Parts: sequence; structure tokens; C-alpha cells
Amino acid sequence: MELWAQAKTEEELHKNVRSYPMELMKPYFKPDLSFKISVETFCNRQSQAEKVTKIESFSYLPLEGPVKLNDPDVCLQLLEYYGLDSNHIPEKPYNLFFGRWIADGQRDVITKLSLKTRKFIGNTSMDPQLSLYMANQALVRNGDLVLDPFVGTGSLLVAASHFGGYVLGSDIDFLMLHGKTRPTRIQQKKHRDKDESVRSNMQQYGKDNQYLDVIVADASLPLWRPSFKLDCIITDPPYGIREATERIGSTKNYQISDHHLVGHIPSKVEYGLQQIYQDLFQFAAQHLKMGGRLVCWIPVVR
Amino acid sequence: MKLLTHNMLTSKCLKGVNVGYPLGIVAKDVKVLETEFNSEFVSRIIPKLDWDTLWNAADSIGHAGDLPRAVCDDYENDVEFLKKVHHVLVEVEVIEGELVCPESGRKFSINKGIPNMLLNEDEL
Repeated sequence: MELWAQAKTEEELHKNVRSYPMELMKPYFKPDLSFKISVETFCNRQSQAEKVTKIESFSYLPLEGPVKLNDPDVCLQLLEYYGLDSNHIPEKPYNLFFGRWIADGQRDVITKLSLKTRKFIGNTSMDPQLSLYMANQALVRNGDLVLDPFVGTGSLLVAASHFGGYVLGSDIDFLMLHGKTRPTRIQQKKHRDKDESVRSNMQQYGKDNQYLDVIVADASLPLWRPSFKLDCIITDPPYGIREATERIGSTKNYQISDHHLVGHIPSKVEYGLQQIYQDLFQFAAQHLKMGGRLVCWIPVVR
Repeated sequence: MKLLTHNMLTSKCLKGVNVGYPLGIVAKDVKVLETEFNSEFVSRIIPKLDWDTLWNAADSIGHAGDLPRAVCDDYENDVEFLKKVHHVLVEVEVIEGELVCPESGRKFSINKGIPNMLLNEDEL
């Protein structure tokens, strides 16, 4: 919002609006520009009639264009702030703001990507709001190549695809990528749906065309060719608390016989947290383009 | 597995394998799924590709079609060319099959479109 005036009382607000330089407001008051004035009351509900009265109190503004409620050229906004305590709402607002609305935020995306309605989730699926923050911090743009080397159910890739990223993921957990792990939803008793996968999540949000691949692989070993450059890496490595920190390996020295090779599930050893991050940073240094970003979480024990 | 992914994958994880590229493809089931074309994405990915590997991989599974043997000049503005690349890169998909290490011959299976690059503990 381009702030034109703020005040503690209504009278003061109007006084301040009137003293805002006309040459700064004038460009938005032209006859060929449609407009609307909206009212938002933070921590208070008001009837439409009350809002209309407030809108009409701005009738002194020399608005010349036609009123258009749906998608107008100019949107003016009155914001009234009634504090944070919804049990004790004051009669008059603490603060009032008036100005020109420049752009809507994207908070509605958080609801759209809600885990409650997502097809494929797991124990450690990332919250949509935090995922979106991460994708935003990683500067994901249309056509970017984004990788999550600890992909899990792909919750970070979903957020990256929202900003136009083309997504790749890898994970050591074969059953997870094939949607065969134990379901985490309480209403799903024993089995997951047959079509649960990272891909089905992308399909759910209409981003199927931005899904590239997921690969079962051990993040402690090289997988990609050295010259492969990524635009962003967004990831949430396991911390060893809710998700085990593991890599393929064994403390014993033995050879698996051909007889046992078919369907053999490789044994795993501890993959130290420090080693995970060291490998991740090294990987990012090699595979990120110049100026590309790695966004990840680091656990802190207090 | 899409051919874009194949273009970046190696079997360097194996002991004694230095390059592990390009991986051979044994395709048992290949699907072609039409997806939305994004010229920005395709023209940005082209410089990252190993073109010979892409062409050979597409040819080995019978989907090279009319993909040129070399990248043409001024490809950013050649929509016809970009669309051909888009098709081979992200529309052709190996659903079932194997990836083969060029040095050791070790096979990695592809099930339901997901390559399994995990080694066994005795291969480390």
C-alpha cells in the first residue's frame, strides 16, 4: 500500500488526507480511471452499511472516474486497527491508515497448498507457509531448475513449482518415493492410496508439467555429472529426531551372494548431522549456478 | 525417468567408477505424455545439456524422431526446434527398465518411472 495518511482518530485522518500533496494523488483521479474504496477493520467486524458510511466520508476527494467494484484501475484502502485482543475490542480504532492499494499478497496460496487436503503427505512434510517462504528465499523464477536432495513427500517442491520452478528430487527411502510407507493420516488405517506420490501432489496443484523426476539415491554419494548446474536447492535434511539420519553402509565386511541379491534391501549406518551438512554445502558449491541459492533448515538444540 | 534427468545422471557412486557417464538405457516400457510447452524453460536448459548424450539416449529407445544431431544457432527464437527438444526432454518417459553403468556394467532398475540408484552395502 502506498500510504497517503495515518492518524489516531477519524477526524485527524481526514485532515491528514486533505494535506497530502494533491500532485501525488492527482494521477489516480483521472476521468478514465475506474476506482473503488475498500475498508478493512483489523480485529473488528463491521456491517456493510457502516463501511459504506466510511467510504462516503471520503467524498471530498476529487475522484472523477467511474466506480468499479470488480478489478478497478485504482484501489483506495482504509485500514482500521482495533488492536490484537479480540475479547476487548475498543469502540474506536487505535490507528487508521489510508492509501493506494498497490498489489495483493499471496497469503491465499497457503490455504491452497494446505497439508490437510494434500494427496501425499508424510510425518515430516513441511508446512505450506514455511515451504513458500523457502521457495521465495531461494528466488525461484519461471523456468528455474530446483532440486531437493532429501525430497520425502515433495512438500518443498510443491512450493517451488508455485513460483515456476521445474523440480527434481532424490531420497534414500525407496518406499517413500513409491508411496508405500505407513500412512500418517489417522483416517487411513493401513494402506496409502495406490496413486500417492510426489508426482500426484504436483498433479493436484496443476503443476504436472513442472515435475521432472524423483530418484532413489543416497545423498552422501555423487549422483549427478559434475557440470550439472542448478538454479536453486531447497531442502530439509533429516535431523535424526523424526526422520533418521542414514546412509547406505555396514559396519561388517561381507559379500552379498547372488542368491540373496534379488530384492536385497541395503543396510544403513548412521549419517552424522555434521557430515550431512558438510556434504550438502559441498554439493551446493559444486552444483549451484553463480548467484544461485541453497535454502535449508539447521536444527538448534537449546 | 525423463531424458532430461538421464542427461544429468551418473553412476559415479560406484567404487572405481570415475566418470560413469552416459548411462545406458534398457527400456521395457516407454510412455509419451504430452505436457505444456514453456519456451523459457527449454531455451535455458539447452546450454546445460550434453547434446550427443541426449540424441543417443533418445535414439536408443526409438524416440529420436526428427531431433537434429546438433543444436542449431539462434535456438532461442526457433520455436519449432524448441518444441522438438521439449518433446524429447520431458514428454518421453522410461517407466520400466534399467540404467547401465558404462564402466562396470552395474544395472540400476527403473520402476514406475523412478530410477533406483541405491547401492548395496558391499559395493561401497
